[in-house]
Amino acid sequence: MVRPWRRTHLGSEADRATFRALHSASLASPALREGLTAGSAERSIRHLRALLGTPALAITDTAGLLAWDGTGQHHEEQVPALVAATLERGGTRGFDRGDLPCQEAGCPLRTAVVSTLVVEERVVGTLQAFTPYPTAGLARANDEVAQWVSGQLELAELDASRTRLMEAEVRALRAQISPHFIYNSLGAIASFVRTDPDRARDLLLEFADFTRYSFRRHGDFTTLAEELRSVERYLLLEQARFGDRLQLTLGIAPEVLPVAVPFLCIQPLVENAVRHGLEAAEGVGHIRITAQDRGQECVIEVEDDGVGEDPEKVRRALAGDASSDSVGLGNVDARLRNAFGEDFGLVVETAPGAGTKVVVRVPKFAPGVHP
Amino acid sequence: MNLSMESAPGLVAVTLVALATLGIGTWGLRFSRTTSDFMVASRSVAPRLNASAIGGEYLSAASFLGVAGLVLVFGADMLWYPIGWTAGYLVLLVLVAAPLRRSGAYTLPDFAEARLGSRPVRLVCSLLVVCIGWLYLLPQFQGAGLTLHSAVGAPTWSGPVIVGLVVLVNSVSGGMRSITFVQAFQYWLKLTALLVPAAVLVAVWVGDGTPGAATSEAWGAGGWSTPLGEGGGQGLYLTYSLILATFLGTMGLPHVVVRFYTNPDGAAARRTTLVVLALLGVFYLLPPVYGALGRVYASELAVSGRSDVLVLELPRLMLDGPVGDVLTGLVTAGAFAAFLSTSSGLAIAVAGVLSQDVTWRGPRGRLHGITAFRIGAVLAVTVPCAVAVAAPSVGVARTVGLAFAVAASTFCPLLLLGIWWRRLTDAGALAGLVVGGLGSGTAAAITLSWSTDHGWAGVLVEQPAAWSIPLALTTMVVVSLLTPRRVPAHASRFMVRLHAPETLELDRG
Repeated sequence: MVRPWRRTHLGSEADRATFRALHSASLASPALREGLTAGSAERSIRHLRALLGTPALAITDTAGLLAWDGTGQHHEEQVPALVAATLERGGTRGFDRGDLPCQEAGCPLRTAVVSTLVVEERVVGTLQAFTPYPTAGLARANDEVAQWVSGQLELAELDASRTRLMEAEVRALRAQISPHFIYNSLGAIASFVRTDPDRARDLLLEFADFTRYSFRRHGDFTTLAEELRSVERYLLLEQARFGDRLQLTLGIAPEVLPVAVPFLCIQPLVENAVRHGLEAAEGVGHIRITAQDRGQECVIEVEDDGVGEDPEKVRRALAGDASSDSVGLGNVDARLRNAFGEDFGLVVETAPGAGTKVVVRVPKFAPGVHP
Repeated sequence: MNLSMESAPGLVAVTLVALATLGIGTWGLRFSRTTSDFMVASRSVAPRLNASAIGGEYLSAASFLGVAGLVLVFGADMLWYPIGWTAGYLVLLVLVAAPLRRSGAYTLPDFAEARLGSRPVRLVCSLLVVCIGWLYLLPQFQGAGLTLHSAVGAPTWSGPVIVGLVVLVNSVSGGMRSITFVQAFQYWLKLTALLVPAAVLVAVWVGDGTPGAATSEAWGAGGWSTPLGEGGGQGLYLTYSLILATFLGTMGLPHVVVRFYTNPDGAAARRTTLVVLALLGVFYLLPPVYGALGRVYASELAVSGRSDVLVLELPRLMLDGPVGDVLTGLVTAGAFAAFLSTSSGLAIAVAGVLSQDVTWRGPRGRLHGITAFRIGAVLAVTVPCAVAVAAPSVGVARTVGLAFAVAASTFCPLLLLGIWWRRLTDAGALAGLVVGGLGSGTAAAITLSWSTDHGWAGVLVEQPAAWSIPLALTTMVVVSLLTPRRVPAHASRFMVRLHAPETLELDRG
């Protein structure tokens, strides 16, 4: 809906200055939320300099320069000395011409105000504003901006720790597969050793391959083909255990096999389906796995006709309640949304006695996602 | 004249193709197996199958009908069309196929975003995909009008409307998504539909004692069989411009690029492209045969300006009775398959881009995926359909040639520089895309909206590729060099990903 363009009163000069400052800050914040790196410093420094209105601005880490914006690039080599001097004392410090020797006539960079960037009480860098003459206003402004930048960097640290937590959960998930499943598989294999040694050998090899994939250390993403191959091994081992009680229907569109998916995002869903469909119920259990091509995205469904579950419990599991027995559901959901955005969470359709269907949507392309 | 007898083979053919396509689509969708033969690895799409599918989606009305008509009227010069449409895959094979696959991009806007990390560039790419898609859909619908008119005697406007509706229903209901089996089937259908009648007609021609071309006052003597026989400097320019557009335009076609995603890795993408080259090479031998036979038996078609229906009418002109009817049915079926497969592929590609990048905000916040796709599909089909009904046809193959020119002037520089030049920046890409897109797009619009005059201005507008490609390429390079600080931070890492073979053990970041 396009609203007719209307000229509205934007407030007094002071109001507009405030808006401009807030706008500059909001432009700088996405880059800073990635943490303090040369890349993020380069992308945010332009907006920070607009905020301070100085002829030159530098962002450093504790070792040296990360980004410079404005005139007088020949002063770049003096930056590390300013960093060292500021780190000694902390807080905000002013420097005059004595600290900034300069041969160039008319160079506007005569004085500098340097403030430290602090994340969790640890100095991680400095913000250096260069001006022709020192003012108290600039010192104050620089100090405030440095504090705001520090706040953004702390948020970045928070994001990073959330990611680390997620990684730890994946590692836990890999470890979680083991006890229950390993015991059952080995038991099933053992039952074939005398009656059908060839099959026992094949199953052992499948088991070895399955564990190797699950304990893989590198990479957060894999292709759907790899993931389904692991599911296939898992199901072979479960079929050895359940025999004809486990009925499978598979419909995999070959076009979607190269899609990149988070590592171990389908396997836990199949494990849940086996548990709900067979372990909890008597008789034959049907499990249906499909992967369909939907143009820009791929839709994977894992369905069982087992005991089903209380939707409220599933909701809690998706919200991250660890006490639920739906292992991995919340974890898979969180990793999908983390990788592809909030629109790509798990969809679970279930009710007690009505079976369970879990739907995973994965875009064929997402920036930064590679198998 | 008995209309029902005349139209019977055409009706039967069209119905059969539609049913077969839907049947295979349904069978492919319901394709399910039990675990015993559920071997994922062996199920990934083999290069040969994928290549047939690309051929099926690529060979459009322009290839099936247009080339023969052009050869009939303008002679050997026009062979550059089929040569260029094939050789485009050679360029793709050597420079683009494997790196593009390794980039992980599904569509061209995806590639732009992955390489340059810029939303504006992605948006411009999406707009260009839509424009190229519409420009390419237009001649498909016009060709459908010609076919239905020729086969059934229906009014010309009914063809675009009917094919448009079929494509729309198919893509909205999901019946004919890019299912590899269906598209591969379409290639072999099209090949058979041209090959069998061609063999019979050549036999008839030999049986007639290999008569030469009828000499007619309407098309002067001599120049037909010799390339560059007339036209002088302008003819030379047109030829080279056509060569550039077709050689470099293939890589920018939205419905072709998405098929490369199906390959498991870069090496498979190369093998697929190689097979495509062979398949297209075989196919494009046939339309010139029709063109040459048309010189002998159907000279009045060229004079009356209905050259695009040559392939459809030649069997009846050369053979009487049931054999002619059966062959007419066969070529009609092939032509119908050509519209259906190419239009569906294009409509889905355009609808996907529209739903993802253009119409994703509705009046009440974000649209749901399927709703957005449906709105996109309606837009993707109705716009070119309306133009096809309203605007006069300038020739099926020529309009497709313009789509190639726009693709070559925009996506070719982006892909070549994006893959092979580390210092490309988002600003440079944006400037190049805008310059190339505006230049070639304006030329295409002028050519389509009123017939151009002869003389250099008209020639430059009719075939813009020879000036618009270098212009876009230069703009991209110069602006990139002027904005060295905007080289994306991940450029080097991304280049490693593009060019390192998958078998190499290395940290791809």
